[in-house]
Amino acid sequence: MRGVAIIGIGCTKVGEHWDKSLRDLAVEASLRAMEDAGLYDADYVLVGNMMSGYLQNQEHLGALVADSLGLQGAGAAKVEAACASGGMAVHMGCQLIASGAADSVLVVGAEKMTDATTPEVTKALAMAEDQEYSAYTGASFIGLNALVARAYMKAYGVEPEDMALFSVICHKHALDNEFAQFRFPITVEAVMNSPIVADPLHLLECAGIGDGAAAVLLASLDGARKIADAPVELLASTVSTDKFSLHQRDDLTSFKAARASAEAAFRRAGLRAEDIDVLEVHDASSALGLIALEDLGFAERGKAAELIRDGGIEIGGRIPTNTFGGLKARGHPVGATGVYQIVELTRQLRGEAGKNQVGGAERGYAQNIGGAGTTITAHILGRVD
Amino acid sequence: MSVPNYLREAPRRQRMEGTRCKGCGAIHFPPRAVCDRCGGRDLEREELSGTGELVAYTVIMYPPKGFENQAPYAIGIVQLKEGVRILSQIADCDPMELREGMRVEIVIRRIREDGGFIEYGYKFRPV
Repeated sequence: MRGVAIIGIGCTKVGEHWDKSLRDLAVEASLRAMEDAGLYDADYVLVGNMMSGYLQNQEHLGALVADSLGLQGAGAAKVEAACASGGMAVHMGCQLIASGAADSVLVVGAEKMTDATTPEVTKALAMAEDQEYSAYTGASFIGLNALVARAYMKAYGVEPEDMALFSVICHKHALDNEFAQFRFPITVEAVMNSPIVADPLHLLECAGIGDGAAAVLLASLDGARKIADAPVELLASTVSTDKFSLHQRDDLTSFKAARASAEAAFRRAGLRAEDIDVLEVHDASSALGLIALEDLGFAERGKAAELIRDGGIEIGGRIPTNTFGGLKARGHPVGATGVYQIVELTRQLRGEAGKNQVGGAERGYAQNIGGAGTTITAHILGRVD
Repeated sequence: MSVPNYLREAPRRQRMEGTRCKGCGAIHFPPRAVCDRCGGRDLEREELSGTGELVAYTVIMYPPKGFENQAPYAIGIVQLKEGVRILSQIADCDPMELREGMRVEIVIRRIREDGGFIEYGYKFRPV
């Protein structure tokens, strides 16, 4: 198996891009990544996207984006795994490079959500769950997050304010991120006073609706050394799945696929949680942020709130987390999110994170979740010296 | 939902038809071809009791398309007495009075009118 490196990164701002189509967003992020690499070519184009079929009536995104980039002839496909589409596209890109099937792979995650009404987007997101036995009940995805949040709070005596603090810190980290959707500070009190979306979750602790695209250009590690000044290596790329529907699982307070993908990734990289300097987790809601810290081994079971209260996930803390705002504040253009995480970790490891820089960051971890803990990808990135 | 889909799902929606693994005895809902406990493939159909208890619940304030005229409504995870967990709307209740561990039972109700006809199926209500 060949080593895999990231030789170029690029993204758009997350937001309401009324003047840009899904294709425009994907092209913009891709060109930035290729410009960053100094290589306008790819053997393969993978597009991470969840909802284009429903929201844009557009499928066949692989060839659509490849053609738009002038890469006719390249292999191309859309990769879909609900909210983990981006992470899964990076994972598939890694397989193509590692196996030798391709020498360069452009992975672009893109989602265009704001052309649709909130009920339409809510329905589209619920397509990640079983249509005949879950979505059929009128459950929204935040509703499923709420079931998790309630079970977690009850199991460990966690207070709503403890969970809200996670989102407050995400907003703080987004202040200096020019690509973030929500660049304003919030307080725990503001979260608690915001409308309930699905009890016990409030509006200000749930990821919003936004458009955006992020791209990475992957190459073999040996090839990368010749092209890029400071390639970042993908030390591990793993994925795990669980029972499809949340309600079928006995434990709602921890995700088996998170633990399994993490264990496999750490084993592959020969590292432990203690070796990670910067972390990106899938905080579709505040509760998922806390659970991720525990599932991935950064906090003991039921103790994530303590880590957060002690400043542990802030820049300068024990394990700086979601250093550009995470899903909550950078934004969550669904199929793009997993690629944004890789772009952001790469900025950290290159020392290009500006005011958000984690001093001496050498290794980063990204967790991307599709469905309510159903498909979870793990990526560990390392600086190449 | 289409009419053929509705008719196909009727045994599950209106009779709670699941499966029982002849190998390990596990009960599943919806019906499965492969047992999710032991991997066995020798399964038989079984109608479930439709009574159980509430494991977790929430109230949906921002519904998906098709459910706008019902919001707010409660949904919850119900553990049937056979041990199977299903997701359902919780009907006939004041959401403020829902509690984990509360006993609930199946009731056939109108689900939605999305495809030009009225869909009926299971919800649960406090006993």
